[in-house]
Amino acid sequence: MSGARGSRVEVTEAAAAMLRRLTDLHGPVMFHQSGGCCDGSAPMCYPAGEFRTGDADVHLGDLVVEGVQAPVPVWMSASQFVYWRHTHLTIDVVPGRGAGFSLEAPEGVRFLTRSRLMTDRELEEDALTKR
Amino acid sequence: MTRYASPGEPGSVVSFQPRYDHFIGGEYVPPIKGRYFENPTPVTGETFTEIARGTAEDVDHAVRAAVGAEAAWGRTSPVERAEVLNRIADTLERHLEAVAVAESWDNGKPVREALAADIPLAVDHFRYFAAAIRAQEGALSQLDADTVAYHFHEPLGVVGQIIPWNFPILMAAWKLAPALAAGDTVVLKPAEQTPASIHVVLGLIADLVPPGVVNVVNGFGVEAGKPLARHRGIQKVAFTGETTTGRLIMQYASENIIPVTLELGGKSPNIFFRDVADLRDAFYDKAQEGFAMFALNQGEVCTCPSRALIQSSIYSSFLADGVARVKRIRQGHPLDTETMIGAQASNDQLEKILSYIDIGKEEGAHVLTGGARADLGGELSGGYYVEPTIFEGDNKMRIFQEEIFGPVLSVTKFDEYADAIKIANDSLYGLGAGVWTRDGTTAYRAAREIQAGRVWTNCYHAYPAHAAFGGYKQSGIGRENHKMMLDHYQQTKNVLVSYAPNAQGFF
Repeated sequence: MSGARGSRVEVTEAAAAMLRRLTDLHGPVMFHQSGGCCDGSAPMCYPAGEFRTGDADVHLGDLVVEGVQAPVPVWMSASQFVYWRHTHLTIDVVPGRGAGFSLEAPEGVRFLTRSRLMTDRELEEDALTKR
Repeated sequence: MTRYASPGEPGSVVSFQPRYDHFIGGEYVPPIKGRYFENPTPVTGETFTEIARGTAEDVDHAVRAAVGAEAAWGRTSPVERAEVLNRIADTLERHLEAVAVAESWDNGKPVREALAADIPLAVDHFRYFAAAIRAQEGALSQLDADTVAYHFHEPLGVVGQIIPWNFPILMAAWKLAPALAAGDTVVLKPAEQTPASIHVVLGLIADLVPPGVVNVVNGFGVEAGKPLARHRGIQKVAFTGETTTGRLIMQYASENIIPVTLELGGKSPNIFFRDVADLRDAFYDKAQEGFAMFALNQGEVCTCPSRALIQSSIYSSFLADGVARVKRIRQGHPLDTETMIGAQASNDQLEKILSYIDIGKEEGAHVLTGGARADLGGELSGGYYVEPTIFEGDNKMRIFQEEIFGPVLSVTKFDEYADAIKIANDSLYGLGAGVWTRDGTTAYRAAREIQAGRVWTNCYHAYPAHAAFGGYKQSGIGRENHKMMLDHYQQTKNVLVSYAPNAQGFF
């Protein structure tokens, strides 16, 4: 399954800058959108391959970030995607403190998922919606 | 009314040190890499202490200390371990006010909750497991006249515990008490959002526990939590948090073939059946309070009753009364004992809640009250406050499906009993639920049909020790807050003994 590049998930310029920094420090990275309590409902950023994805996950897309060589894949558990499929996600970054084992916490920031409804046209064109 | 002086001001009942190191092997030791991070209070956003920024090297040091203490602690009698737990409880109780103010300052919660719930519950938790380990028995099976299987409870050894930031001291107590009672030694990592209050507790109890039995390594999840979760010297991991980290912890545990217990949150339904409104009596008032319980601890509770399901025949009037009640919630300085709702624990938490309020509005949910950040003025302007917020909407909306972990309630209606159960169970999670009715049969049926580990019936947000707490579905693995948690911190030794004099006859 290929991620519909850029159509479901995007990244703000501030978050892109943080991804450049994290990639410099740690190599290629990935996102997995979390659910549940505490730091849940937030995107977790790991070294690529650190988090084992499988049949229980959906690949939402790949973020293409200027200055970052490898596209940054964004994943979510398939069961969670059922409730999220009608929304478009933008990964942003805000000042903050820690969250699980996500890479950005020591930088004093926290990635944050902002959402909006997908347009009818976006839903029509979306590969995951057709599945 | 009491307004406790802020820590650092004259007259405060507690004072923080300017810096906290790691607590390893019975003493405070600086981080090996020498780095620290600033810890702000969510009350004002101002930094009040700095905390050791632990790394894998510090975790390794702590695990080695715990391994060194493991054999002696595991051999202590249940009586000795119970005495240690009871002394911890007595000490915390004697310093209840200071510990409660410390907790409020570190986390942002109203001190009235810390005084009435967090710290007394932590005290009781140590007493409960002191009693439970004294009363625990092994088992024997008489297999035939000459053969007996003895079953002994033995400790696991060293356990890693990763503590959340919503109830920093109480959640540490939930994890420490059963582990210590079981005879395990512990390496504990506090949340980096709330790393300070546990050190106030350690300052009181450090001398009560043999060196190496309890070790605390501070730091960020990725730098200290992860090396702890995947350390080859630990025999179990206990974690409270969210699903992605929960999966990662299971993944690491699979590499070491060790067990985990996980508490990963929920999206708890709170169901109000029509007979609740038959009378305007004390029970109706209690149910109304139950409706407002989503605001407890600023909604930063894994079992926050963040979905209210109200039967359609009473929907308008019950909801109107509920909204009026929520509007009377007093928001203010967390150290004022009249304050009912304080600050969110961190800036990123505040931002996340606001982003959910945005998506709720965009999905068409209707804001009945609140819906914005609260600016309380003065020094509190720098703190992280959100207005108690009520949305009216549909269970398919994301604000009905995701744990916002803020004072945000999503309300919908149902027609018949079966609809209530269907909506309640339409969730990835199954940690808590509430059922409100005057009819015992309805209460029983609903409680049994809801897929959740804890169904509060005509009550909510009570957490007494000896009532098992844990999740169905994606809410986790294990049951805390009950003697059955001892099983998660022990392993079974079977000694199979033959008293027969003769050979078995094979060779």
